[in-house]
This record gives sequence, structure tokens and C-alpha cells, in this order.
Amino acid sequence: MSRFMVACAAARSVRGVRLVLAGVLLLAAPGLAAADSKPGAPPAWSFNGPLGHFDLESVQRGYAVYAAVCSACHGLEQVHFSDLAGMGLKVEDIQALSAARQIADGLDAQGRVQRRPARPDDRILSPYVSPAAARAANGGVVPPDLSRIVMVRPGGASRIYSLLTGYAPNAQWQDDRGFRNPYGINNFTAMPPPLHDGGVQYADGTAPTATQQARDVTTFLAWISAPHQDERRRLGVGAGLYLCFLAALFMILTRRIWSHVRK
Amino acid sequence: MGDKTPSCQHGNTGTPQGDTGPVAFARAYAGLPLPATLNWWWTFGAVLVAVLGLMLATGLFLALTYTPDAGLAFSSVESIERRVPYGWLLRAMHMTGASFCMAALYVHILRGLYYRSYLPPRRAVWGSGCALMAMLMVTAFAGYVLPWGQMSYWGADVAGRAVATLPLVGGWLGRMVLGGENPGTATLHRMFVLHFALAFVIIGGIALHVMVLHRRGSSSPSGRLVSARDRMLPFHPYFTVRDMLAVVLVALAFVLVMGLWPELIAEPANYRPANPLHTPVDIEPEWYFLPFYGMMQVVPYQLGGVLLAGGAVAVLFAVPWLDRGGRAGEHPIVRLLALALMVVAAVMAASAGRHHAQGVWLLAGRVAIAVYYAYFLLFLPWLGGAGLPDAQDDDEKEARA
Repeated sequence: MSRFMVACAAARSVRGVRLVLAGVLLLAAPGLAAADSKPGAPPAWSFNGPLGHFDLESVQRGYAVYAAVCSACHGLEQVHFSDLAGMGLKVEDIQALSAARQIADGLDAQGRVQRRPARPDDRILSPYVSPAAARAANGGVVPPDLSRIVMVRPGGASRIYSLLTGYAPNAQWQDDRGFRNPYGINNFTAMPPPLHDGGVQYADGTAPTATQQARDVTTFLAWISAPHQDERRRLGVGAGLYLCFLAALFMILTRRIWSHVRK
Repeated sequence: MGDKTPSCQHGNTGTPQGDTGPVAFARAYAGLPLPATLNWWWTFGAVLVAVLGLMLATGLFLALTYTPDAGLAFSSVESIERRVPYGWLLRAMHMTGASFCMAALYVHILRGLYYRSYLPPRRAVWGSGCALMAMLMVTAFAGYVLPWGQMSYWGADVAGRAVATLPLVGGWLGRMVLGGENPGTATLHRMFVLHFALAFVIIGGIALHVMVLHRRGSSSPSGRLVSARDRMLPFHPYFTVRDMLAVVLVALAFVLVMGLWPELIAEPANYRPANPLHTPVDIEPEWYFLPFYGMMQVVPYQLGGVLLAGGAVAVLFAVPWLDRGGRAGEHPIVRLLALALMVVAAVMAASAGRHHAQGVWLLAGRVAIAVYYAYFLLFLPWLGGAGLPDAQDDDEKEARA
């Protein structure tokens, strides 16, 4: 139930925030920098280590942040809406949250791009119709696809968390270099400070501070990079224990069979 | 207990003449006499068979979803990982299997080198094994191109260029492998067919390898020719149970790596889709090709590098002729040290390959090449110097069989 509300809150806030973000992008508004964007140390992630696991509540809140903020520029090209079932959503939830997004659907008779509500088996595409459009809207940089971002970026989840929270106060666009951020490439990033206190509404009552949003969205991105990680770890432990037992049996059998052989 | 010690004679006995059904065939194979002194290093053949079986089983199912097209390959692998039921597990097993397969292969070969299993009458066993190794390497390379990530694309590019440096046939062969000047859909079709077809050729090769082994008889840790004095035990149950235990222990390591430490074998850069316009800073093959890649990098002339790297694999074919078989069973410590040096050289060449072959790594890589080749071209001829008294045993054994 609460999950569904998260999804709906995310869906409702998508359009409004997207407009705000478009404004940020066009004007590179300096005053909108996050208030508490201290370059803080990343939290201890529950999904790190060989026996880690994802906090699915946090993953769901993270999707709300993605849908409200990140999806204005970034796609998840390899992900279908139906794949989000893995973070604990029901079929109806997924239908609702996919229907809240408009996607391009071919050209109409006049050659204009047609749009329609997304369906669960659609990909979560970038909002830009082409890389050229993305580049034109973002100061010459294409916002990267986030499907595997935590896996392919050196530094992984902690680097992304630090990037999201590491902007200098009142960060401003500097010519041709972007916003100063010690966790960006060469200390700069083309991404305007994306997270602000209260920028997203959480349906489960968690206080939506910028650091909380950064933590949740990073958890979501880590999950979407390896959605079957928990299952794989469980299988590793289960199959490992089983094979230990089997190895013990074979050890006994080997000793018994070889006990007839004179050394 | 001592008086009940089982034993069996050379050659398969106890099979009635004229009984040629599958049951008799199986019984003859189960009764293969093996030296009782075989140690655990002799179980890696069975481990290889098990891993290759897993590769075949998972590969067949992966092929149901995989699409060998430059525009679709990456997404088809992503959909295997994300939404095909248990696709993530099939792919994880196939990826982990590739590394375990090559690791088991290297252990199997090192065992053969240390115990000199290539000496007559087993030259044909060694030769068929080397052919299998070469095919496995080609298959592993072709398979790594298929997901069409950045490392797939640029790996294919490097391999295409390396082949193209060969004199006379190089340019033609390079275009043949890539299906054009650059990697693309034609490359993927070629690699997919190669990967798929070679899998079955390898199965045939294994059958041949085992058949030749049964004809020539197993080697033994003593290194001497197996004589009538050596106690022999039937393959089943003595060695089947030990092989099973080894397979289970390797399977344990396998599920731990696959389930808990996948980062040991996964290359994160290959989860970026192939981009012909963006050359990665570090182009680096899988660990099992790194020694040869390193050798290729540290030689200033491109053709020289390619020949030295290819020669490092090809020299294995020549081992039975480099080592003439003298001093059988002697100098176990010296042999172990020499082999360890060769392995250290391979690791050093691999490190050089990882470090762009610059500065001190360039020197280390060149020393590694010298040490690696010295094992084959200096140590083995020295070891086998005196020559084997009955070097014609190959033909004798064959005539007897």
C-alpha cells in the first residue's frame, strides 16, 4: 500500500519537477544549489560486501527520486518498467507508474513525434529524442544512461553519493567546465546540483532531505545495476552449504574406497 | 586388509571376446587400469569435463535469447541478465565457467609439464590436448566478443589488428575474422558461429583425447614408463570417486565466486555498450589471455610481439620434441623450481600487460618473455638431454594395441 503511494507521489511530481529542472538547465540558476550539500562521507551501504542485501524500502524511495528528478535528463535504457517488480512493486503499481510517463511512439502523419503513456513492457528511455538533442540541452554533454552506472563508474555507489552531495555551496556553471564538484571528472561535472531538501515527496513519511534523497537514489541505482544480486548471493550461500555437505559425503566415500589400498 | 589389496593388469581383461555392446564398452572404460600412485593433480581432467559440460548446457540456453547483431547484441544480453527467467543465473554460470575452465586447463597443462606426461608413448595424448587448448582459447575469445560491450568491441579490434600484422595472409585473414575493416555485425555473426560450432568440435576433441589416453595408458607421478611392477587400480571406483570429490570441491569454489565474489571475474567496463568512437583508456583482455597480451605489448615491433605471443602458445605443441625424455623421474626439485619460474614469468608478463608496458613494466615484460621461453627452449632440452632409450615406444605400443 505504502509502496503504491510512493509510486503515485513519484508520478505526480514528475512533470512539475521536470519543468523546474528545465528552468535550471536553461538559466543554470545559481541560487538553487542544495542547502546542505556538504561533501559528506558516504554511508555504510547495506548492499556492499559478499553477504550484503538491498534495503528495498530505500530502493523504492530511490525510484521516486529518479522519477521526480533524474529522469528529467537520464534514461534507464536497458530497463523495462516491468523490471521494477523486483523492488517489491505489484503489477497494478507498475501499470500506474508506467502510465504516468509519456514516451515517444513513432511519427504522426505530419512527421511530428507522437507521444503516448508508457506501458509496463516499455523501456525507461532518455527524455531526449536523440543524442544531439540531449547535447544541445545540456551544454554539449549527453547525460549518461544510468542502467549500469554503479557498476561501470569507478568508485561505484559511494562515488555517486559523494557526487550528488559534494557540490560547493552556491555552485555555479563555469565556462565550458561545468559545476565545481570534487567527485566529478577533473573536479567538475556538467550536472547542475540535482537534489534539494523537500524536492521530492516520500509517501512513507521519511523526511526528504537532500542527503536522504542522495542515499536513496544511490541505493536505487545500485539495485538497478545488479537487480538479481541478493538472489545470487542467497544462491551462493545455499549452494555453498549444500556442496560442503556433499563434499563431506564424498570425502567419507573416498576414504572408505581407498582404505582397501595398501599404502 | 592388506591381503585384499585390489589390483589389475595392464590392458583391459575380463571382457569376453566378441562382446562389443555398449555395456561392454562402458565396462572396458570403467576398468581402465591406472597407476595407484596418481595424485590429486590428475583429477583436473575430470574437472575440465565437468566445467565444459556446464558451459555447453548454459550456452545452449543463452543462445536462445542472444542476438548476434551490432545494434541488438548488448540489449539481448541485458535482457538475459534482467528479465529472462533465471537468465542472470545462466549467464553468471557461463561467465564464471569460462574463467574456471581456463584455470582448470592451465592446471591440467602444468601438471602435464611437471610430470612430463608428454613423453612417449603419450605424445599423441599431449598433441590432442594442445589442439583442444588452442580451440578452447579461440572459443573463449569469440565468446568474450559476443556481449558487445566496450571490451568486447576493442578486444575484437586489437585481435583483428594483431592478425593483420602477419605477413602475406595477414590482411586477408584480419578482414576474414572481422568481416570488414572494423568490428561490426559481420564480426558478431562470425564469432557466434565460431563460438557455437567450436563447442561441439571440442566435445569431439575430448572424446579423441580420452580415446588416445585409453590406448596409450596413463602417465604416473614417478615419470618413468609404467612397468609391470607398478600397482594398477581400475578407474572405477577408485578414481571416479576421487574425481567426483574434486569436482564437488571445485563446484564449491565455483558457487562462492559466482554468488559472493563475482567481481573477481567480471570486467565492469564490458557493461558499457560498444562504442566505436570512444577508445577505452585500458584495453585489457580477460586474465587468462593477459600473459600473452603482455608479451605482445612489450615487443617494439608489432609483428614480433604477435609472433612471440602466439609462439608462447605454439611452443607447447613442440614440448615432446624439445624434451627428449632423458633423466626420467630425476631432479623433482629442479623441475618444480623451473616450472615455478615459468609460471612467475607468465604472471609477470600478465602484470606488464595490465600496466601499459611502460617503464619498469616494459623491462619486466621482456625478462618474463626470456624466462618463459628459456623454460621450453633451454631447460626442457637440458632435462631430456640423454634421450630416452626406447624412444620408438610410440609405435610399439600402438602395434600392441
